[in-house]
Amino acid sequence: MSEKSTPVRGVTRRQVLTSGAAAVVLTASGRASAVTIDGTPQWRPFDHNAADAVDPSQDWQFFTAEEAATVEAITERLIPADELSISGREAGCAIFIDRQLAGFFGTSERLYMQGPFVNGTPEQGDQSALIPRQRYRVGLAALDDYCRRQHQARFAELPGESQDEVLSGLERGEVPLEGIEAKEFFSLVHQNTMEGFFADPVYGGNRDMVSWRMIGFPGARYDYRDYIEKHNQKLDFEPLSIAGRSGWRTQG
Amino acid sequence: MKRTLLTLSAVGLALYASLGAVLAHAQGATEYDQVEKGRYLSTLGDCAACHTAPGGKPFAGGVAINTPFGKLVAPNITPDDETGLGKWTFDDFQRVMSEGRGPGGYHLYGAMPYTAYTKVSEEDNRAIWTYLQTLDPVDHLVVANQLPFPFNQRFTLWGWNLLNFDKGEFEPNPEKSAEWNRGAYLVEGLGHCGTCHTPKNLIGGDKSSQFLEGSVVDDWYAPDITADPHKGIGAWSEQDLVDYLSTGKNRFDIASGPMAEEVEHSSQYWNEDDLRAVATYLKDGRNADAQAPTPLAAEDPRMVSGGEIYADRCAGCHTPNGAGVEGLFPRLADTALVNGDSAASLMRVVLAGSRAGATDAAPTAPSMPAFAWNLSDEEISNVLTFVRNTWGNAAAPVSPSDVAEMRETLEQH
Amino acid sequence: MPTKLPATDAVVVGLGWAGAIIANELVDEGLDVIGFERGPWRDTAKDFNIASVPDELRYNARQELMLRTAQNTCTMRNDVSQTALPMRSWGSFHPGNGTGGAGNHWAGITFRFQPEDFRLHSHLTERYGRQAVEAANLTLQDWGTDWEEMEPHYASFERVAGISGKAGNLNGTLQEGGNPFEGARSIEYPTPPLKQPYGPTLFAEAAREMGYHPFPVPSALVSEGYTNPLGVTMGPCTFCGFCTNYGCANYSKASAITTVLPALIRKPNFTAKTNCEVLRVTLDPSGTRATGIVYIDASGREWEQPAELVIVAAFTLENARLMLLSGVGEPYDPITQRGTTGRNYAYQTANSVQLFFDDKNFNPFIGAGAVGMGIDEFNNDNFDHTGLGFFGGGSIRVTPIGAAPIANRPVPPGTPTWGKEWKRATVDNYLSTMSIGCEASSYSQRGNYLSLDPNYSDRLGRPLLRMTFDFPENDLRMAQYCTDRVAEIARRMNPRQMVEKPMKGHWNSGPYQSSHVVGGFVMGSDPSVSSVNKYLQVWDVPNLFVVGASAFPQNPGYNPTGTVGALAYKAADAIRRLYLKHPGEMIA
Repeated sequence: MSEKSTPVRGVTRRQVLTSGAAAVVLTASGRASAVTIDGTPQWRPFDHNAADAVDPSQDWQFFTAEEAATVEAITERLIPADELSISGREAGCAIFIDRQLAGFFGTSERLYMQGPFVNGTPEQGDQSALIPRQRYRVGLAALDDYCRRQHQARFAELPGESQDEVLSGLERGEVPLEGIEAKEFFSLVHQNTMEGFFADPVYGGNRDMVSWRMIGFPGARYDYRDYIEKHNQKLDFEPLSIAGRSGWRTQG
Repeated sequence: MKRTLLTLSAVGLALYASLGAVLAHAQGATEYDQVEKGRYLSTLGDCAACHTAPGGKPFAGGVAINTPFGKLVAPNITPDDETGLGKWTFDDFQRVMSEGRGPGGYHLYGAMPYTAYTKVSEEDNRAIWTYLQTLDPVDHLVVANQLPFPFNQRFTLWGWNLLNFDKGEFEPNPEKSAEWNRGAYLVEGLGHCGTCHTPKNLIGGDKSSQFLEGSVVDDWYAPDITADPHKGIGAWSEQDLVDYLSTGKNRFDIASGPMAEEVEHSSQYWNEDDLRAVATYLKDGRNADAQAPTPLAAEDPRMVSGGEIYADRCAGCHTPNGAGVEGLFPRLADTALVNGDSAASLMRVVLAGSRAGATDAAPTAPSMPAFAWNLSDEEISNVLTFVRNTWGNAAAPVSPSDVAEMRETLEQH
Repeated sequence: MPTKLPATDAVVVGLGWAGAIIANELVDEGLDVIGFERGPWRDTAKDFNIASVPDELRYNARQELMLRTAQNTCTMRNDVSQTALPMRSWGSFHPGNGTGGAGNHWAGITFRFQPEDFRLHSHLTERYGRQAVEAANLTLQDWGTDWEEMEPHYASFERVAGISGKAGNLNGTLQEGGNPFEGARSIEYPTPPLKQPYGPTLFAEAAREMGYHPFPVPSALVSEGYTNPLGVTMGPCTFCGFCTNYGCANYSKASAITTVLPALIRKPNFTAKTNCEVLRVTLDPSGTRATGIVYIDASGREWEQPAELVIVAAFTLENARLMLLSGVGEPYDPITQRGTTGRNYAYQTANSVQLFFDDKNFNPFIGAGAVGMGIDEFNNDNFDHTGLGFFGGGSIRVTPIGAAPIANRPVPPGTPTWGKEWKRATVDNYLSTMSIGCEASSYSQRGNYLSLDPNYSDRLGRPLLRMTFDFPENDLRMAQYCTDRVAEIARRMNPRQMVEKPMKGHWNSGPYQSSHVVGGFVMGSDPSVSSVNKYLQVWDVPNLFVVGASAFPQNPGYNPTGTVGALAYKAADAIRRLYLKHPGEMIA
């Protein structure tokens, strides 16, 4: 992109527009601090716009150790290990959520967050003033408080069946939480867990593309021209991540 | 590549503006014709590419040219008395073009392609000179020589010339047609094609025995443009060559890198007869009977890996069988583009991406996206090895260390 | 006080489809044009790199390409008795941002409207009588133009975008395999129809057996390499399934950045200013002449750009808002029904039927925003509405857009949302479920309109746009009727289970329905009920043109972009041929 420097105009312009009074002046004056583009923008080597990949080996970026244990326990129950796949926890869903909260999603910085915050109709959508970081911080603490009161243990310490009961109660809005609506909290955790399980592994969840293998989604593949007319056939692609796949490695 | 791409519009208007000045000064039809001829010849020679800085006044100098020995900056060639050629005579100019020596006899560096320009006729030089004299004088001081010691010592060039410079005007080959000879005159002279496309010896001079057989310039590979059917332009028709030079694209390829600039600034403005002459000459070039090497076996582990990467990262544009899409995604199958002795351009565009040239006839300017962030050196070497040895292609494999070296070089720019 | 810049011939607000098209036409006429875009410059290779763009979390879930609501959003309510609240994240619709606008992330379905649509009120009155039309309690209007005037501009847009498809009516002669209900076309589609996946093929077979006339959905995803009249080249669609809400990595999806801007940006009398948000159109003291625009640059500094001609093409919502903020026209009042700015806002009525099979594999990840088969037997006024109690209809079709699994995990109703049972159902149904959509009309009514919000403002302190909208009773009846027709086709396809989803209840701003927000600054021949004439020229402000779906007086059962493109060419043609001969005057 080139800042326009010299007023090289005037060669092709027509004068027909001036409806009498105003004469068009073309001398340069103040320069705006805008991106001004004339001509095909130049290619800048290495230019790309890729999202930052998550390093799962790092420490928790947002959660405390206690919070992380609770989220891991929740993701273990929402997506349990069975013959179809490993669990949401094993797939890295808690790491995914932690990194999402550490970034722009956690702060709602891209969203309109000016008040007044008033509860509206269901059709008017989410009007909470709490950003996702606060929803987790408040919700996780309240959940443990509830479990201590009801079961004398933190959520993560409960047996699986009890955890499922608590989660069902949250989903139905029947478990009272201090500082946040149970349904609001559950739906955010549920949404983020599913995002983590089904998103590209570069975001920290869906380890080894486990969910994609499970359902038969080929991932980030970009060309099905040779397959679109193979109707009603199972194609059995090895899934592809933004980061690649095992078939890329040089074998032998 | 440190030169910034001038927008076509800027160049077009600059030329237009200069023409205005010309008209103001012109005394009669003869001089007008002479100036117009000079203007066309200066476009043929692509003088502005080096002598006009990005965003700068036309021909006022200032473009830095990277050489293996250091940086040279093209001087101001407007008729300014102090900082340009205002005090020069035509004889001074003629000496520069034909001998590579400035007023007083100092030697020019080889970045000024006088080893090619020596072939330009005195008559043509006179037209160019007349045209340059009509430019607005621009007061712009350029320090041309920014080479480190010892290359900043111009006396070393005397020895260089002894080894590399074959002085003298172009002499037509009476056995060939007038068109062929016009093509030869342009390719070897003002067009200075060999400056990029001919392999260089250790001190930067042309290896004349390998004229137009391809060379690496500024981390781009200027490909073999002999008639070699495998890695040269042997498989291209004359029309393919004309299309490429005039629009930047043909059914095989789209110009990118320095060649895109050449097309944008120069050859898209060449007249049809000159383009046909160049095509005639190049098609009659050497190596037409060259044999293709044997491709790597498809079972080679590098080929297997490369094929998988190709399917995932390349096929979406270049198509699963490498056919590409004309005018948008260069053809990779059975094409000279990928068979060159050097994979420099291939490594470069995969790593850093590249914008194709844009012309009025083909304004799309599609870009190859950058993959340096996404593919490892080994993955890039495998996919390039695959492309260079599939669909009728055959060329030396690319090694991960080649890619690593290119990655490092490009990141330093 | 904004700093005043040297005047230019024309400014264009917004560099999406409409703005880019008009800018290019005016530049070719020799005018100096500056195009303003509030978002960034978008570049295919940089922004839509094939290795980074197939990313569902980023582009679909986190809405990477949409306008940030932090920059600008709107408030909504269903009726005037409610207090409107801001849409804090986009749900029901997805405004775009940056060069190309929403045209980067659109699906690419590119219908022409039907001849009757441009004179809908007259047509329905002629066919069903004044009484029946009044009983529908709608504010239907004619567009002030007609098919003969629109057709050449549809052709221009289709050529520049390389639309793929099969003509159904070529110069009055019906064509086998095309849509027999379309108006007479002067040209075949520029590129042939796309290959069809399994779901659309099954649907088309069933529809054909029932006597309907299925046709390939017209698509802005080209089916082969294509070079448009501006010399810009596009590449064939690869059916990657990362299409709607994503940018296209291989130059297959037509948008301003893949079809117009590469040629336009090279022209010496055009300049683009990106990351510049236009704050208002300035008027002279008489209010009858636009003097230019005021914009704010990325550093927060305000500038005034005087111009002889002002084109506003900033998407429906911002078109209406800029007119309200600039005091152009009288704001619409739903009580008195006076005023025209904000009048006749309408939407699209989205319906569907979901089909669950045991023995089929649709490979639903193979798809594109606009590949599929459709029928038009129940669209608009293609069927007799006598005694039905509603007007309008919908385009029925199967268009598999891809199936990235954060958003696409169909399970039968009643399935738990988590746990073992959820997982089993997810796996069992992922590959074997399909859906038939019915994108249906949205007819304007008195209480649906756009205005400035009294309580919420943007980051610069300007009022947000307030949307007051609910589905008219007419449209809900239509939705049920049309969905029943879809279900008949679905039943013939013999699924294990099917779920009918007609639009019901109040408009909900949360779930995505379509970005087909229309009206609010509508065209017509009567200045008392329209804001612009048939050339998109603002009544009483002759050097101001407001272009886009904001001009639709109501929305038929089609996606709007083809008509937005045609209107852009129509306005540009009028400026070139007529306005410039008599600048500063209303075009006769």
